Amino acid sequence: MKLYVKYDINLACRVILQEQLEALEIKYEMLEFGEIDINESVSDEQFSQLQCNLSRYGIEIINNQKSQLVQRIKDTIIEMIYEKDKLPTSTISNYLADQLNLSYGYIANVFSEYTYTSIENFIIIQKIERAKKLIIEDGLTLTEVSYKLNYSSVAYLSAQFKKVTGLTPSSFKRIVDRRRELAQNN
Amino acid sequence: MIEDSQSKMQILLCDDDEDDRMFFSDAIIELKMQHVLTVFETGIELMNYLHHPDTYLPHILFLDINMPCKSGLECLKEIREHAKFRDLVIAIYSTSNTAEDIEETFTNGANIYIKKPADFEQLKKTMHHILNMNWQYHTAGLNKETFFLSI
Repeated sequence: MKLYVKYDINLACRVILQEQLEALEIKYEMLEFGEIDINESVSDEQFSQLQCNLSRYGIEIINNQKSQLVQRIKDTIIEMIYEKDKLPTSTISNYLADQLNLSYGYIANVFSEYTYTSIENFIIIQKIERAKKLIIEDGLTLTEVSYKLNYSSVAYLSAQFKKVTGLTPSSFKRIVDRRRELAQNN
Repeated sequence: MIEDSQSKMQILLCDDDEDDRMFFSDAIIELKMQHVLTVFETGIELMNYLHHPDTYLPHILFLDINMPCKSGLECLKEIREHAKFRDLVIAIYSTSNTAEDIEETFTNGANIYIKKPADFEQLKKTMHHILNMNWQYHTAGLNKETFFLSI
């Protein structure tokens, strides 16, 4: 028997963090976007134990200021794409500058310095990633996806999908369906 | 602590052709991305390495589809039979570029399909695009089961 599961990666990470912090009896407060406020001092020993325990789950404690900023930029973009019903009406550069309270030039520089890519490209990848989910998991049509992700037309969404994946959306869906069939037959 | 494995791309390459291996590694070196490249000449060597208990999963595996003894497609299918390799990104390269062959390769578990580039400059560009895209998937925790790139 094969099961297909849908999971909430954010929730999973939060639960892991909670469990690991509690196991070491560290008093904390969970903030948004992977930020944790530690209420009292933590010994070096506790800290390295925490680092070690979390690394088993691929969770890394970020110490560097700039990589923290990169993480916040990514989180802001992802939130913008996933949680707002509509993308902001102002330009994305203004939106990011407002949200992060920094100049867009600085934000864009730090981002490309640390990620090998540009903010614009990251946004496109994330939008197509969401489009994939909407097509496969929610069974939306391309018209519905393009409306939901604020594309000006279905043709533009299709073109961007093809540019990022090298595949048409219908070919993509065919591959995923056939993979599932194969998995079921094995 | 885990800085090194996080910041350097771990790349595997498996190809029976010596010239192709050289082209690939030269192209990757010229991109000036921090990386560690491990090279295999046969599918059997590759599979032995992957199954070894001390092996850490790489960020990406480049696999030639046409190899004697154990073809790239056989390696691909074998790798995908194991749940522990589920997150391994596999890039297959081939001289064929029919839509059927491409879809078939993706269906069998490939993430990236490369039509072998005609010249070195093109290969460099292709590798740059692939490694970049793969790095985004890796660092942003995107779903690798629906990661496809045909280039």
